[in-house]
Order: sequence, then C-alpha cells, then structure tokens
Amino acid sequence: MLPVPPIAMHITEGILPAPWAVLWFLVALPPLAWGLRTINRRRAADPAWLPLVALVGSAVFVVSCMPVPLPGIGSCSHPCGTGLGALVIGPGPTVVVASIALVFQALFLAHGGLTTLGANIVSMGVVGAYAAFGTFHLLGKLRVPVFFAAMAAGLISDWATYAMTSFELSSGLSHGGSLGPMFLTILAAFVPTQVPLGIAEGILTGVAYRFMLVRRPELLRLPSYLQPVAGEEL
Amino acid sequence: MKAKGAAACGFALLPAMLMIFLALAAASPVPAAEPRWQGVDETVVEKFAAEAGRPPREPFINIEQGDLPLFLFLVAGAVGGFVAGYTFRGLFPPKDRLKHAPPG
Repeated sequence: MLPVPPIAMHITEGILPAPWAVLWFLVALPPLAWGLRTINRRRAADPAWLPLVALVGSAVFVVSCMPVPLPGIGSCSHPCGTGLGALVIGPGPTVVVASIALVFQALFLAHGGLTTLGANIVSMGVVGAYAAFGTFHLLGKLRVPVFFAAMAAGLISDWATYAMTSFELSSGLSHGGSLGPMFLTILAAFVPTQVPLGIAEGILTGVAYRFMLVRRPELLRLPSYLQPVAGEEL
Repeated sequence: MKAKGAAACGFALLPAMLMIFLALAAASPVPAAEPRWQGVDETVVEKFAAEAGRPPREPFINIEQGDLPLFLFLVAGAVGGFVAGYTFRGLFPPKDRLKHAPPG
C-alpha cells in the first residue's frame, strides 16, 4: 500500500464555507483562462513547446506533494514548484499546470479537495507564479545576477503562497472582526516550517534556472536583459 | 568572467544557506504533545479549521482501498513514461541538431 501523505499548504476538503469556496473559484477563473490562451497561442507558434509545459506540470505535481521533514521542528511541509514553473514557461501557463496538478492531487491523493480547488489554485498557482515572475523580472532589471534573482523568486513565491493560504483560511473561518488576528496567527504557525523551506525552494529554483540557462537556454523565453548573457558567459 | 564569479559566489552561498536552515530548524520549538513529522496540513490548516468549527470532511473519491492506489500509480507511471518517451526527442533533441537549428 502506498503511503498517501496529507501534507501540504493545500486547504483540505470541506474546510471553507460554500460562499468562500465559490468566490475563490471565481477569482481563479480569469488567470486560468489567460493561461490557457497563452498556451494555445504559443503552441500554435511552436508545437515543440508543449512537452516542456507537460514536463513543468509533472514537476509541479511532484514538488507540491513532496513532504520534506524539517529536523528540529518535527514537522513536514512541501515546496510549491510554481516559482520555477513561472520562470520556465511563464506565469499564465504555470497557473494551468498547477490547476491540473491540484485536480489530480485532490482526486487521487486526498491532498487538498474539490470544493477548495479554487482557493488552492489562487494561492499556489496564481499568487505563487506571479510573485515569482514579478520578483525575477524586477531583480533582473536591477541587474541582480541571474542565480540570485531566480533564488529570490523561488523564495518569495513560496512565502507568498503560504501567506495567501493564511488569508484564505482566515477569511473563510473568521467571524466578525477576527480576520486580522486570525490571519497573523495562521501565518505565524506556518513560519517554523516555511522559513527554512522557502529558503530551500529559493536555492532549488536558483540552481535549476541557472542550470537551464547554461545548458538549454533555447527552452527559456529570456527577457531582454538576459539575452547577451545566455549561452555565453554565465 | 564577472558572471562566472557571481555564479561561483552563488554556489558558495549554499553552505551558508544550509547553516541558516539548520540554525532555524534547531531554534524552533517542538510541541511535545504532537506526533512528529505531521504535515502543516494537520498541524496548521486542519487545526485552525477544527477550532473554527469546520473540520475537514472525507475526500469525495477515496482510493485508499486495497491495492487500488498501487494500480493507479502503476497506470499513471506507465502512461506518463510512455508519453515522456514518445516526446523524448522533442524534449531533449541531440546537441548537433540544436547547433544547426534555425534561430527562433
């Protein structure tokens, strides 16, 4: 029997009240539609790009349900993978592959849930991907070396995902004026695992992105400030 | 050269990051009453939800029955492996093909 670890920032089935669950689905729809449109347009221009999207999708699936035991804390948590995904295939397509990964996790791994799928797409897919993308491009324009920009992107993506999860939980579960205190309490509860894990995800993202930039720059759609660097001296 | 130096600096930073990680991990308190290696799903998400009166419900599809998970994972692995193998050349073209490929 394979172990099915219920370990995640994923919001478990049935936790969110129905109006909040519906609201997060509605919030997730526009970025999801935008991501599908981006994939269709790029696939039309370059059909060979689609396997890369699939590869990133499977990486996001595996990374986002991989429990990492944290020594000294005695607890497990997992990275998200959407930060690296956003740097490799762009934030829009990353929202799509994260959504597919979350559907499979909800259906077959008891990881997240169908009613909480919208909220999980927003936190891990939308916020995680766009936080990484924005951080990477901002630091890139400030001429921060690629490794550090990608590392910061992975780290911010992880922390932003868990911050958004805290907000989703507190907004759905708080009563009256307890939203702020509850948000801070949940956020603080994530800190012991996510501070070290966010740093680890940042390093993973930096190493992986730089490796791809050196070995397979043609797979990446490089921003203009990286063009002279790619394939030459890194 | 400058970029190589930055990359080397980046990799040199890895041990420092590891030290920070270990220091943070060691400094964090472990609640004695809680079983070890539980996920944040249980220790944070489900805990706060239960306190707020909304405990998690059973998943709609529960595959934890007999050998069903093993079967599903094998099927998924076989299908995924086939697709990856079928598109392998597209994903990882030989280097000589890359060199002569037209730009764009």
